[in-house]
Amino acid sequence: MDTSKEPLFGKTLKELTLVVADLGLPKFTALQITDWLYKKPVGSIEGMSNLSKKNRELLAEKYDFGTVLPTKVQVSADGTKKYLFVTGKHQFIETAMIPDENRTTVCVSSQVGCKMGCLFCMTAKQGFQGQLSAGEIVNQIRSIDEAASVSNIVYMGMGEPFDNLDEVLKSIEILTSDWGFGMSPRRITVSSIGIVPAMLRFLQESEAHLAISLHTPFDEQRKSLMPVQIAYPIAEVVEELKKFDFSGQRRVSFEYILFKGLNDTALHVKELSRLLNGIKCRINLIRFHPVPGTPLVSPDEETILHFKTQLNDRGILTTIRASRGQDIYAACGLLSTKEQNKEM
Amino acid sequence: MQSTYQNQHKHGLKAVRITGNEEISPNVYVISWERTVGFEPGQVIKITADPQEPPRIYSICSGNKEDEFYVLFNVKPAGILTPRLATMKPGEEIYVSEPYGSFSCDESPAHCIATGTGIAPFYSMIRSGKFNNKTLIHGVSYANQFYFEDFLQKELGNRYIRCCSRETNGVHFPGRITEYLLGRDELPKGDKYYLCGQALMVVEVRDLLIQKGIPYGQIYAEIFF
Repeated sequence: MDTSKEPLFGKTLKELTLVVADLGLPKFTALQITDWLYKKPVGSIEGMSNLSKKNRELLAEKYDFGTVLPTKVQVSADGTKKYLFVTGKHQFIETAMIPDENRTTVCVSSQVGCKMGCLFCMTAKQGFQGQLSAGEIVNQIRSIDEAASVSNIVYMGMGEPFDNLDEVLKSIEILTSDWGFGMSPRRITVSSIGIVPAMLRFLQESEAHLAISLHTPFDEQRKSLMPVQIAYPIAEVVEELKKFDFSGQRRVSFEYILFKGLNDTALHVKELSRLLNGIKCRINLIRFHPVPGTPLVSPDEETILHFKTQLNDRGILTTIRASRGQDIYAACGLLSTKEQNKEM
Repeated sequence: MQSTYQNQHKHGLKAVRITGNEEISPNVYVISWERTVGFEPGQVIKITADPQEPPRIYSICSGNKEDEFYVLFNVKPAGILTPRLATMKPGEEIYVSEPYGSFSCDESPAHCIATGTGIAPFYSMIRSGKFNNKTLIHGVSYANQFYFEDFLQKELGNRYIRCCSRETNGVHFPGRITEYLLGRDELPKGDKYYLCGQALMVVEVRDLLIQKGIPYGQIYAEIFF
């Protein structure tokens, strides 16, 4: 990628319409360009063969196609892959591709590092290095080997999506528009720790699913796990969610990492069912993958299953997320580019 | 569009007139406006100079009995808000939310640890008379970033520890906060620890405290975002 030129990849149809107008190209060229950017497997302006040579030259004077291939790929014993990408600001981000029987899920990053400081997360250990553009988010789907077979996208990689909401919404627009990837928003889930104003805007401006990192229903305990609780308590997050209708196809789920002896008790089951009463949702239980410097451990399988059963018995649909890619540090909470960014 | 969603949330914004805006250190300002509502020391407030732009969150640094709200901010040259905020004069309007958040200390003994402008919530607690049994550790790069130093020295005496990573003068601890904490033989395990600053400082100090035997349930952090 030529970083001295502005990337076309990551621009919306509206933005491309301005680009072509500025260059004096016919208006319909914008739609042709979106085809090349988001639907066809080419990686250069030169490859946009239905544009005249002169128009391609005009475009290439100011713009770069804008996709970036991964610099490294690691493959897990279970088939999960972890891709490493370099951003336009010469920082590293990671992307996980999780193959399953019927689906290929890509877990994308929305920031370089993270500001949120959650106790149990590896990404938090590197602090915050920068925001990703919509193009850099969508590139994580477009530029992997499995691009053609991606069925689901989760914004659960590095970073807090609602701390970079403009670019996240733009990336969803590119993924779901007819002129873009044409995906159903029901194939996309954005995961957040619950920054309330941004969450409300996301719910109004997008149709994608929402997942909230809950991890404990108790205020003081959540403060010690997730500093965001101080500014946006989970009770307030849930109160706001109750104003939205999730009885249709749009889904809200709550992610709950289980920590041994901390948040896996009957008291937590009771308080969770009280907190979530009146909201159609599911809880996704996640096994904790230990990170250095964190005094937390995962409970045994029996406790996890018992916790799930108790919640289901109280009428809350509860599932356990399969741990994937743990051997290559691609599993939930393990993504980090601290070392690579130090070397740059 | 952004102003729409801001107004729907209970932390919606209202216009206030600035009463003061003073540069107290290079590129660091204290901006003030009349206080019309109560607050708990440690709470934050959203501020924007333009209601069409997303607001930013700042800790209140004034005492809860003072007539005005004070907010400490440093100018980020590439930022949208702070370069403009720095040029604003008394009488001009900014848009602020009600105070909110729960980064409040109780009466327990505590260490309050901040870097840079992260000192704001602790300064508010001190000015509100809510800093008994507490030690303040402030880390900065240069000595002129020890904001409110004279006042703090007078109020806290030897409960005010200054760490300066890029200058030495025999008064301040020469190094980062993490180096200061590492060098401490023992930290009181029964104390609470309150951290405020950039994400990386928060996670590094928290890891270090845990490594030194402080239960993580006694560590509270306010992050900048």
